[in-house]
Amino acid sequence: MTQAVLDRPVAPERAVPRRRRAGQGTGYLFLSPWLLGVLVLTIGPMIASLYLSFTDYDLFDAPRWVGLDNYATMFTRDDRFWHAAGVTARYVGLSVPLKLGLALAVAMLLNRARRGAGLYRSAFYAPSLLGASVSLALVWRAMFSTGGTADRVLAAFGLDTGGWVDQPQFALLAVIALAVWQFGAPMVIFLAGLKQIPKELYEAAELDGAGALRRFRSVTLPMLSPVLLFNLVLETIHAFQSFTGAFVVSSGRGGPSDSTLLYTLYLYQRGFTDFRMGFASAMAWVLLVVIGVLTALLFRGSRRWVFYAGESR
Amino acid sequence: MTRRSWGWHLLMVLILLVLLYPVGWLVSASFKPAEEVLAGLSLLPSHPTGDNYTQVFAGVAGYSVWHYFANSLVISVGAVLGNVVSCSLAAYAFARLHFRGRGPMFGFMLSTIMLPQHVVLIPQYVIFQKLGMVNTFWPLVLPKFLATDAFFVFLMVQFIRALPGELDEAATIDGCGPVRTFRYVIAPLLRPALITTAIFTFIWTWNDFFSQLIYLNDPGRFTLPLALQIFVDQTSQSAFGPMFAMSVLALLPIGLFFFAFQRYLVEGVATSGLKG
Repeated sequence: MTQAVLDRPVAPERAVPRRRRAGQGTGYLFLSPWLLGVLVLTIGPMIASLYLSFTDYDLFDAPRWVGLDNYATMFTRDDRFWHAAGVTARYVGLSVPLKLGLALAVAMLLNRARRGAGLYRSAFYAPSLLGASVSLALVWRAMFSTGGTADRVLAAFGLDTGGWVDQPQFALLAVIALAVWQFGAPMVIFLAGLKQIPKELYEAAELDGAGALRRFRSVTLPMLSPVLLFNLVLETIHAFQSFTGAFVVSSGRGGPSDSTLLYTLYLYQRGFTDFRMGFASAMAWVLLVVIGVLTALLFRGSRRWVFYAGESR
Repeated sequence: MTRRSWGWHLLMVLILLVLLYPVGWLVSASFKPAEEVLAGLSLLPSHPTGDNYTQVFAGVAGYSVWHYFANSLVISVGAVLGNVVSCSLAAYAFARLHFRGRGPMFGFMLSTIMLPQHVVLIPQYVIFQKLGMVNTFWPLVLPKFLATDAFFVFLMVQFIRALPGELDEAATIDGCGPVRTFRYVIAPLLRPALITTAIFTFIWTWNDFFSQLIYLNDPGRFTLPLALQIFVDQTSQSAFGPMFAMSVLALLPIGLFFFAFQRYLVEGVATSGLKG
């Protein structure tokens, strides 16, 4: 083996560029499935959907250019669009903070390592997997319907609200409850972050006479802030795209009285029930812009409260 | 045990009970006679019955539940294969190989993690329609072979970067090119990341509703989530029992995966932020 290598007279200064050239081809070879996917299923469709958003397209006849019509209709003449945007804003604004708050609280409880903590951690995570299914959405629909479990429990506490999913003012809350129930995934991430905080910081804070609340505010929160930002961004993006829960609870209609008409649900109806693909594409681009702007704002705002260890300021 | 630790365990068990109540309720409802399903809070059926399951096995919309089960299984296994193969190839290229445009392409790959699928949804639908693939399993499986789940590419890139570079160098000295280095050195070491990818892909695909709703419209091709949804719309309240029996069957594989792999699942979430 060694002999063979030595026998070959290779000038080292030539070998390097030749190997790098060989690397080019292999690199693209390994990347080829991804490259094909990106071109055919991501970049191409992005350009196409931007184009379609300026057209009237029903999937059967050729797209007809209508300029800004779809956007104009959406913003000025389509009440359901604004309604869906409002429902989504309420959904995101309530479900994300509640979910993250619960996730952080439970993670802090679990972090007081006691026997069985790993077991609880796994068990609390289970809803994150189950909750995305149609099965659990159906359970929600039954539990929050008139005479369902939630109805009875609330009635026992003297809160006679009737079935949530049949009432416009409560139906969205049932869908939000389904989302909050899946707090396990961000909880696991918080827990991993909490484990990274050096114990000495807490000991030092305690010596300085900091109470539990002060230690949370001055040690836990700053040390955890990068993880908090990560969870916040991911859950927000996720929440904007929620679909299954609202679809199943309302049989695809977004009812009662459009109270669970999430943005994606309306987009689906426009595209795949009304066959207004151009309009649906325009809605998708508005969604992308809103998510993009919001993410940028979260990052920008985070400069004030996110603290990265090892970074002086 | 100290008093404080008792309190802690009590609190944890309490949270656990509240969290798992809906799941327990579902399982119990599947054994209740129809008129009892909505009638009480009790988790124990007063007259347990297997009728709901018999009815589901007999058939829903003309097909036995196993038919939908098989459809879901084919799609999920196909997606797992696709993601494991294509994402690991791309990850190796991004993590270890040098080629022009690697940096910008990696950046773009990362940004696609945040891209809402709705932006590419309609043109993708048109493509699959033109290819005659609407109402087949291809639109649900084929994209996975093209590494479209960027999250898993990223997960594996991070994993490969943590492997010592000396391994590759040793393989190169032993005469391995990149293909054999990948095959014999990187791929075996990548196993934990591949397993995480496989488990999450399976569960996500099994649970997926949106893409299946859009691409499949012939009941013979329906997956479990679609069959469940259609079942609900077609039946009245009296059929609640069979509906929940079918729901339990649909959750069964996820439950089994969870029990078998919960370590991998929780570690995967903790280290990479893959959600649920």
